[in-house]
Amino acid sequence: MSDNNLLSSNSAPHSDVEDIKRRSNYLRGSLVETLEDRITGSIPEDDNRLMKFHGSYMQDDRDLRNERHKQKLEPAYQFMLRVRAAGGVVTPEQWLMMDRVAQKYANGSIRLTTRQSFQLHGVLKWNMKTTIQEVNEALLSTLAACGDVNRNVMCNPNPYQSEIHSEVYEWARKVSDHLDPRSRAYHEIWLDGEKIVDSLQDAEEQEPIYGPVYLPRKFKIGMAVPPSNDVDVYSQDLGFIAIVENGELKGFNISVGGGMGMTHGDPLTYPQVAKVIGFCKPEQIIDLAEKTVMIQRDYGDRAVRKHARFKYTIDDRGIDWFVSELSERLGWKLEEARPFHFDHNGDRYGWVKGSNGKWHFTLFIQSGRVKDEADYLLMTGLREIAQIHNGDFRLTANQNLIIANVSSHKKKKIEELIKRYGLTDGSHYSALRRNSMACVSLPTCGLAMAESERYLPTLLDKIDPILEENGLREEDIVIRMTGCPNGCARPMLAEIAFIGKAPGKYNMYLGGGFSGHRLNKLFKENIGETEILDSLRPMITQYAQEREKGEHFGDFVIRAGYVKEVLDGQQFHA
Amino acid sequence: MCAFERWIWLELQVTNSPFNQEQVELLNRLLPTLTDSQRSWLSGYIAAIQGTAAASVATAPQANTAAIAVPAALAPKEVTVLYGSQTGNGHGLSKKLSKKLEEVGLVVTMSSMSDFKPNNLKKLQNLLIIVSTHGEGEPPDNAIPFYEFLHSKRAPQVESLQYSVLALGDTSYEFFCQTGKDFDKRLEELGGKRLTPRVDCDVDFDESAAEWMNQVLQSLNEAGAGSSVVESVSAVALSDSTESEFSRSNPFQAEILENLNLNGRGSDRETRHIEISLEGSNLQYEPGDSLGIYPENHPQLVDDLIAAMGWNADEVVVINKHGEARALRDALLRHYEITVLTKPLIEQVVKVSGNEGLRKLLEPGHEQELRTYIEERDLLDLVQDYGLQQVAASDFVSILRKIPARLYSIASSSKAFPDEVHVTVRTVRYEAHGRDRYGVCSVQLAERLEAGDTLPVYVQHNPNFKLPENPDTPIIMIGPGTGVAPFRAFLGEREETGAGGKSWLFYGDQHFSTDFLYQIEWQRWLKDGVLTQMDVAFSRDTDKKVYVQHRMLERSKELYQWLQNGACVYVCGDEKKMAHDVHSALGAILEQEGGMSPEEAAEYLGLMQQEKRYQRDVY
Repeated sequence: MSDNNLLSSNSAPHSDVEDIKRRSNYLRGSLVETLEDRITGSIPEDDNRLMKFHGSYMQDDRDLRNERHKQKLEPAYQFMLRVRAAGGVVTPEQWLMMDRVAQKYANGSIRLTTRQSFQLHGVLKWNMKTTIQEVNEALLSTLAACGDVNRNVMCNPNPYQSEIHSEVYEWARKVSDHLDPRSRAYHEIWLDGEKIVDSLQDAEEQEPIYGPVYLPRKFKIGMAVPPSNDVDVYSQDLGFIAIVENGELKGFNISVGGGMGMTHGDPLTYPQVAKVIGFCKPEQIIDLAEKTVMIQRDYGDRAVRKHARFKYTIDDRGIDWFVSELSERLGWKLEEARPFHFDHNGDRYGWVKGSNGKWHFTLFIQSGRVKDEADYLLMTGLREIAQIHNGDFRLTANQNLIIANVSSHKKKKIEELIKRYGLTDGSHYSALRRNSMACVSLPTCGLAMAESERYLPTLLDKIDPILEENGLREEDIVIRMTGCPNGCARPMLAEIAFIGKAPGKYNMYLGGGFSGHRLNKLFKENIGETEILDSLRPMITQYAQEREKGEHFGDFVIRAGYVKEVLDGQQFHA
Repeated sequence: MCAFERWIWLELQVTNSPFNQEQVELLNRLLPTLTDSQRSWLSGYIAAIQGTAAASVATAPQANTAAIAVPAALAPKEVTVLYGSQTGNGHGLSKKLSKKLEEVGLVVTMSSMSDFKPNNLKKLQNLLIIVSTHGEGEPPDNAIPFYEFLHSKRAPQVESLQYSVLALGDTSYEFFCQTGKDFDKRLEELGGKRLTPRVDCDVDFDESAAEWMNQVLQSLNEAGAGSSVVESVSAVALSDSTESEFSRSNPFQAEILENLNLNGRGSDRETRHIEISLEGSNLQYEPGDSLGIYPENHPQLVDDLIAAMGWNADEVVVINKHGEARALRDALLRHYEITVLTKPLIEQVVKVSGNEGLRKLLEPGHEQELRTYIEERDLLDLVQDYGLQQVAASDFVSILRKIPARLYSIASSSKAFPDEVHVTVRTVRYEAHGRDRYGVCSVQLAERLEAGDTLPVYVQHNPNFKLPENPDTPIIMIGPGTGVAPFRAFLGEREETGAGGKSWLFYGDQHFSTDFLYQIEWQRWLKDGVLTQMDVAFSRDTDKKVYVQHRMLERSKELYQWLQNGACVYVCGDEKKMAHDVHSALGAILEQEGGMSPEEAAEYLGLMQQEKRYQRDVY
């Protein structure tokens, strides 16, 4: 395969990024030289495109941009470094490593992401190599945490049915490993790996799955274990829904073509929910994942990046086309999808005992931000737990953290630490807050148009009293916020969502499905806090008074006529 | 300056000579036709006749006097003025002196010590030296070769030499005027005769320097010049019409256009970038020159001092010899130095106060104690520690030094910023002896002056820190911290003039993120090719402290190539550590890459200095 996607329906010239990838010699570019350049803390745009494949984005502290320009200083360039672990499972040693590098090289905090990865912010160019080396020494990696490749494979960190979880998790790891880029560039650049003299070898050997220009866009895979849809399987390019019968993992239902990102004002871009296309056995999923990725590689749009996600490939050609293309490449056919049922997409907090007799504590972490505040020493508390813990840590898809596989023997000690540091399972918060997510946004994210992580807690402080007044403090309602429409916190699936338009201004969306199965719909455009609260108040009161038994807020707003139901992403803007 | 022209100017008349009309005509016909050697011969001949005559005819003083006067007028004295100067003060005074000497008919050769051929020393009759002192009693860069020659075994005996030294210094340094003292002593050892005693000047040098010049003129005059010469002295007009009316002694009240901190948030440092308008001043400067700024003392310190002494802030005190008067608070704010203690000041304080404790401190055997005491202490400490409350304000201020101007290397090219001058000032704040201390000028700039305010400034020319005349000559600039300021001027100038020479900048400070002064400007110049390459060292970003000299050594091969290709090297910034380490690094590079011995490397650098290919502006 000397080149990719000659099969794309879009015959327009390929985008610049495609050219950068093609010229990069399998993700090398001029990174070695530009990382050495001491005159600037930045790297050139071309290399930044490649940097993503290595798990990092160049950013700058946007709060300081204007101020520094006046001071004749370049922007406060820094790097976000994403450390991935399939299914979000890490050992206490790995947690301690993250804690250490966060203090030493980053801004002193760890961000748990909505894809069960870690993010470090504020790493300076000069410290990138050492940081990546320390991450790799702890057997974690940043490779392919970003970029036009398969991203971190998500997996339900189910602490209830431990055997099933561990089986599904093993499959997640295998899929993840199989789809790792093979280029040696990562080792050469960061790990002082030996440089292969003739690196322009045959593409099949370099990147047998991806080829020299990789995928047209990012590719996301998630594995759900019903009844929990915590990984938002419908938001994934490729989803696996575990089918458990009689306590045994029988296989997976396959879903394809989900995705969140869109562009404000461009109705040709839209979020989409994945469609279930059939069932296969566990041992077939690696082959299936590989062929699915290769179909997207060959058919995805390389001319227009915002039309390059797999969801558009499928919507443009139809799901039947995909199923038949897949069968052809696999040489076998999917079975008919098996029945399953999702209850929710949030986390369940506090202590639970798994079927293996071990204990699991799910900790509520606001917006996934692990750091020490004067009155809440979360980071210190977790460090001390990691020092005595001999189970593992699991990052949830909702940016929370599970202290998992705690023996009855250790439980008391860990409980003591949880108490000493006041680590919270969120029970003293409203259920709305426990079901909230926000992306990082300002000041580091270059795409952000409005605040998110820094603002959502304040907004929740103002919504909480409305819920209290209406007796809805313990009502689970999913609320999500992002600073831009790329969808990192998967806002388009939330019952209430805010997507940033401009500083202090958001588009407000309503009506997502509680179990993550239905997209929401634009309710009001470009509104500020006052209008947000003024809109929510009567709606919440009405919900408290008129809801049917077990009716979720997202369903209610549709029945009450606030928004229309969205059954397919192509109706999102309708 | 040609002797023949000088001769014409001195055409004899009956009124200005002892000759009658006929003699004058004969002499005026003969003398212009003489060559230099004929004139010398004739002057020697007459002197010889005179010697013989004096021995035989002791009773003809009138005629003798006349005869002596003739050669003095016919063969004017030659005077050599040598200066050693780092900031340009010495050079400025030399020019002034030379002008005065020429006005009275003397033949003056003025040069920097580095341009003077030491072999000529033996031939000199009159030598006037103006030299400053740096750091721990060290000579300025352009005085080093001559200083070393004079103190070496090769130095000749100079019995026929008459000389005098004007030493420039600062009493707040322990080795005050040391270089001047060394020259003075050494010339005496070599047999020279002092024309007038050496004068040591403090930072406020104008008056003492003028006095020394008058003494020098007078003694040269006494030693032989005619009365006409004295008249012409008073007729000398010192103003130079091509220059601005504003100067060190008459600073320009300049408006601040911009005042911002160059250090990013989280930095331990504060460095102000100040843009100042020179509009209407006619002040001119070139890259490498400095801006003198007269600061004001911190009002808090002044108020504390007045309170500690129980003085009345409104009391009127006399601030100079001309009897100008000011309210005490104003005088302490703007006219007097109150932040530095010096030994001479303490001697004066003992005189006006009779304080026993201080007297003891000055006694022999207490030198170290005195040194330790005056370090990082100010007048407020002194009056509090020694209970000087009984001293009257008028007595106290009469012994204070005038507040000296602060010199800052100019950070702008006037071609790039017409009518503006920029300076880069690091704010000095520290704690000592239980009190917060402030750099007088830097903290005034950082805290009490903003755009729209004015401050008194003047331009201090520095001929010892100048871009090469050839625009194609490569330049290597080494300027960590605020030492980078003049290189912003250099590159601005080279950009404006389209100079083709390559350029290489070494810069360093503590942290890359916050302390990279003028970062985006260097980046732009690098992109545009005005700056060919740049190396930076940030000492606090890594476990191992890295400084500019380490970067130079890392690039030794290339750096040596540049030197071989005739590059000029400029060093600006801290003298004690940086400039010394950079000098050693240059030596090491010459040894390593050029296969030189340490002596050869030193000689190479010495030669570079002489050729003005190695210039320093260090402080």
